[in-house]
Amino acid sequence: MGNKKYIQTIGFAAAVVSIQIITYFSATGYFLTQLTMSGYYSIVVIGLCLLMGYAGQISIGHAGFFAMGGYITAVLTTFNFSPFVKNTLISLFSKTGILIARQDLYGGQILSFHPLFACAGAVIFTIVVAYIIGGPVLKLKGHYLAMATLGLGTIIYKIVIGTTILGEADGISDVPAFTLIPGLLEVSGKPSMRIQNYYFAWGLVIISMVFVLNLIDSRVGRALRSIHGAEDASNAMGVDTAKYKLHTFVLSAALAAMAGVFLTHFNGGIGPSEASIMKSVRYVAIVAVGGMANLWGALIMGALLNFFSMRGYFGTLDDAVFGGILILIMLFAPEGLLKTELFKVKRKNFQSAEKSGEV
Amino acid sequence: MELFFQYMVAGITYGAIYSIVAIGFNIIYNTTGIINFAQGEFVMLGGMIAVTLNNFMPLPSAILATVLITMIIGALIEMIFIRWLVNPSVLRMIIITIGISIIIREAALHIWDEKVRALPYFTGTEVTSILFFGAHISPQVLWVIGICSVVVVLLNLFFNFTMRGRQMRACASNRNSARLCGINAKNMVTLSFVLSAGIGALAGCVISPITYVHYDSGAPLAIKGFTVAIFGGLGNSMAAVVAGLILGILESFSI
Repeated sequence: MGNKKYIQTIGFAAAVVSIQIITYFSATGYFLTQLTMSGYYSIVVIGLCLLMGYAGQISIGHAGFFAMGGYITAVLTTFNFSPFVKNTLISLFSKTGILIARQDLYGGQILSFHPLFACAGAVIFTIVVAYIIGGPVLKLKGHYLAMATLGLGTIIYKIVIGTTILGEADGISDVPAFTLIPGLLEVSGKPSMRIQNYYFAWGLVIISMVFVLNLIDSRVGRALRSIHGAEDASNAMGVDTAKYKLHTFVLSAALAAMAGVFLTHFNGGIGPSEASIMKSVRYVAIVAVGGMANLWGALIMGALLNFFSMRGYFGTLDDAVFGGILILIMLFAPEGLLKTELFKVKRKNFQSAEKSGEV
Repeated sequence: MELFFQYMVAGITYGAIYSIVAIGFNIIYNTTGIINFAQGEFVMLGGMIAVTLNNFMPLPSAILATVLITMIIGALIEMIFIRWLVNPSVLRMIIITIGISIIIREAALHIWDEKVRALPYFTGTEVTSILFFGAHISPQVLWVIGICSVVVVLLNLFFNFTMRGRQMRACASNRNSARLCGINAKNMVTLSFVLSAGIGALAGCVISPITYVHYDSGAPLAIKGFTVAIFGGLGNSMAAVVAGLILGILESFSI
């Protein structure tokens, strides 16, 4: 694959920077807030694209992992642990700085987890859950896998709705800022931090992208594609299909959880709609539009569609637009938008360039 | 003991509904090999359309019209989205039916609204009850159980003793052989959508007085119906009835 992916990555980074500069000069800096959010959603899309496009395993429950990351970090950073300070574990945590005291909105002292440890806890917990669930679930194929992941998403949604500590239908608000470099970079919704947050979010996107791109170029990536092509055949060739599928599932769940953590800190809260089935379907739709096995397509579509959706361009038809996109793409262009007839001519022109670059 | 019967009857009622939804899944699965994720939406549509039609026509004709309209919707869905696909992959079909269910749900949200609706009780009112071994049973429960049983019996007769039903079963067991025998397999697929839309809508009408209906009430039913369909073995409609009753009874006793 050579240098092609690095050129693409650099091009993408340049696009990210130029968008920021454009918004700066056209006085549309407020766009950056939605662009940051769609950056975090794009991380989920990258993970799901790896799982669906390359390993060929559908998941209609990925919003569940996103919400899991977000909710755990929200609970750990807002729950007041001071009544439990007698507990050895809690006092140990507070002495080692894992728990920090801070003032809440009303001026009272609360003792809660440092965002860094909350973030680590959220991601690790999600990884453990994904391992436990992924084992049995990924043995399923086709409809059964779709329904099982759909059920998983529903369960997480119902847990969120029905648990007092998770705020039930109201969600959790007042999540503190996640300070990464004091004074310079903190993940929060403060207008003064808007540009830093934009770069932080898209920096994370690029890092995830490079990581996943390198992964699919390696031995692992070839194994995944062979699973997608013919699972039995690749099994017969000595590929441990169950292991690869599980690890891909866990990786994409971890990416989703990480995105959930940062978006929760950025928004200062999280609500149950983040865990809803519609969100999961939306991620699937974006991966489908971008082209199942096309990370760049999924990333660009994810950024665009999430941005439009969050700016409210679709109005009350928001969900219907995603449903409609899903059907149209699957009916007319199951390979994704970038691979339809429309682009065939263009692709032919670039074929010689592609040949030297690809595989 | 009264409580036992009370729970038992409640379980059977819900079980009957789950069975009907599961049979809807099975009919389509048998002829096409796909799971129609929009099956729950047919139930929701049934309830919604019937509530609207009931405003200007008597209940029995409203229900009849509802079933017919939903059947037409089912046929249209099959003709527009599924009929012309050549060898679609499972992943593709799953995503298409999920998209269909979203479109139907959003359409319902825009046509009606997010309010919860219900048909009037078929006989009596909310407080009418029949004493049965010490348990108080609403007559609507008897309607639900009765209509579900009739549907199951009729479907059984249809699949075993009519030409169409036999043709559909032939398509289910071997599509290519069925086509060689001169059966129009594509029409059978349309027919399967029509049938499962129809019985879904009927189920939606019958349960709406008890469980109410709103634009989002299809998805939970679809998930339970799918559970039942799996429990009884995909494609096996009679086993789905037993599985549905077991799930319904388990559910009502576990509360």
